[in-house]
Amino acid sequence: MATVLKAENIKKKFFQPTEFEVLKGLDFEVHEGEFFSIIGKSGCGKSTLLYILSTMDTDYDGTMHIKGEQLTGKTQNQLSKFRNEHLGFVFQFHFLLPEFTALKNVMLPALKLGKYSEKEIEHRAIEKLRLVGMDEFAHKHANRLSGGQQQRVAIARALVNDPAIIMGDEPTGNLDKANSMRVFDIFKQLAEENKQTIITVTHDHDFANGSDRIMEMEDGRILGIEPPTEPTPYIK
Amino acid sequence: MNWKLSLNIALTHLLTKKKQSIVAMLGVTFGISMFIIMISFMTGVNQFTEDLAMDNTPHVHIYKSIEIEDKKIVALDKPAGDSNWYVVKHQRPKNELSKIKNGLAVMERIENMPGVRGVAPQVSTQVFYNNGPVQIPGTVFGVDVKKQADLFDLDKKMDLGELNDLLKGSDVIIMGKGLAKKMGVTIGDRVSVTTPEGGNLNLKIVGIFSYGIAQLDQTQSYATLATVQKILQKDPSYVTDLNLKMKDVNAASALAKSLENQLPDVKIEDWETANQSILAGTQIRNIMTFVVCFTLLVVAGFGIYNIMNMNIINKMKDIAILKATGFQGADVTGIFMLQSVMIGIAGGFFGLIIGFFFSYLLSITPFPAGEFFRIDTFPVNFNPVHYFIGLFFGFLTTLFAGWFPSRKAAKVDPVQIIRG
Ligand SMILES: Nc1ncnc2c1ncn2[C@@H]1O[C@H](COP(=O)(O)OP(=O)(O)OP(=O)(O)O)[C@@H](O)[C@H]1O
Ligand SMILES: [Mg+2]
Repeated sequence: MATVLKAENIKKKFFQPTEFEVLKGLDFEVHEGEFFSIIGKSGCGKSTLLYILSTMDTDYDGTMHIKGEQLTGKTQNQLSKFRNEHLGFVFQFHFLLPEFTALKNVMLPALKLGKYSEKEIEHRAIEKLRLVGMDEFAHKHANRLSGGQQQRVAIARALVNDPAIIMGDEPTGNLDKANSMRVFDIFKQLAEENKQTIITVTHDHDFANGSDRIMEMEDGRILGIEPPTEPTPYIK
Repeated sequence: MNWKLSLNIALTHLLTKKKQSIVAMLGVTFGISMFIIMISFMTGVNQFTEDLAMDNTPHVHIYKSIEIEDKKIVALDKPAGDSNWYVVKHQRPKNELSKIKNGLAVMERIENMPGVRGVAPQVSTQVFYNNGPVQIPGTVFGVDVKKQADLFDLDKKMDLGELNDLLKGSDVIIMGKGLAKKMGVTIGDRVSVTTPEGGNLNLKIVGIFSYGIAQLDQTQSYATLATVQKILQKDPSYVTDLNLKMKDVNAASALAKSLENQLPDVKIEDWETANQSILAGTQIRNIMTFVVCFTLLVVAGFGIYNIMNMNIINKMKDIAILKATGFQGADVTGIFMLQSVMIGIAGGFFGLIIGFFFSYLLSITPFPAGEFFRIDTFPVNFNPVHYFIGLFFGFLTTLFAGWFPSRKAAKVDPVQIIRG
């Protein structure tokens, strides 16, 4: 299987309030079309790692390649463009633009990419919203939606440009069992049918057990990367 | 960068925060409208005082000076060391000194020079206006009526009668308003004037004028060249002054210099030399006008700067999301610059309208001018250029005021915000 993401000796230090090494040299690879989950105790550095993988944080040691392209050392503008086209991101805390409707929130990254006409983008955005069960709220303003609804819109937004990799920082953190299962199914389907890669941080062990491989972290180190061993209610 | 998308986001931001947008806009509106009112009024006043001084001031004044040469005639060839030479001190001028030699020919020659709008000939003389036993000193100017109207707008200074009435009869004059009042005369009355040489003539008043300058209105009257030549008992070639108007005022001093070389026996004075104090006053007022107006625009600019800054602090999260989902620094700058420009244009436009409205109100407000000023309402200058300047500088200040906060927005590090 082709490697889509390769991280080599990723190290990250914080200097505030005192010097503190959060990531202590991580090496791993993620394959194309893989459903890859990251677990670990709170504070072990999962989000920090994900920000680096998402190219938003450029202040780290080590190198990172996505789709064979070295992203370490690129300028912010190059990275923005890359993110826009190849990465979808679901944040730990649901982040939508409150002034815009759910639909517009989903459309914005696609409008920025400018690959399709506005009509087509709207059509695709509604399709993505339908995928997460939010199409009936398409014209509601983002700040009028519940936390869980916002998270689902954020997932739709992450999908709109058909990115190679979708990263999620606890994408089901605010969702009930039924909706978590729905998101899980969507991710599974994207990985299997569209060969899109899913990288998610999660505290939900059942969710992780449904993925292809689980990377467990502790204190900024990788404990191990193994396929799941336990059965999960997510897969019937 | 995608302008349509940036504009769309900018508009959404402005429209969701309507109150804040309107407050920002009002800041610009206030600045620009004050700018328009101030500059219209101040330049109106400047124009008014300048016109007051300039209308009847020739750009170049040519006259025969009643100064005598400092050289003592008899001393001119005095051999060094010879004590038997006599020197005539306190030399007196010759009688015909105030006449410009070949005055009318000189006038024609100057009139054909490039840049000259026209030359008005003039015969002026000191006179006494006889008012019963009292004699009032003053001046009578003999002028070419048509040229005086063309070049010095004398026809527009008439309170009673017409300037052209001077041409309709002989021995007629028009008199300054203050002088007429002093003498208790009006149109149709007769006055007698006496020249220093003892000439005496009875003249009929056919008009009353006022310049709005008491000093002139209380001493001057005008008649035709022929009439004054008759008072002085001189021939028709007798001309004492040539008053020159240029097409471009600023060319006056250059022409005066070249005339000086060509006409050595007359005195040539340009308006700048003659009106230095007025010019200095105008200049100071102009500087003040611009300082005040500039300050107003800067204040408006600071208003926008503050509001945009606050706006961007409030929008940190949004900026982070935009950047996380692939918007570049330039896109973010664009979004906020567009907001600031839209505020600037809308505010500036309303400012112009409000500014025009209040200037108009001012221009129809009666001005308590006293009886000598030829003015009924506040002087206001409606110059379209000011409106362009206002819009342009309003636009420029918003660009500046928006630029720094927008740059700051572009530099927001999304990770820091998203991490929480
Ligand atoms: N900006 C920062 N400055 C200093 N230390 C930080 C900063 N952000 C995170 N940390 C520290 O880095 C460590 C890892 O944080 P991180 O957010 O990656 O944890 P996490 O594994 O995502 O935890 P959780 O499961 O609770 O989300 C924590 O100890 C945290 O205190
Ligand atoms: Mg986290």
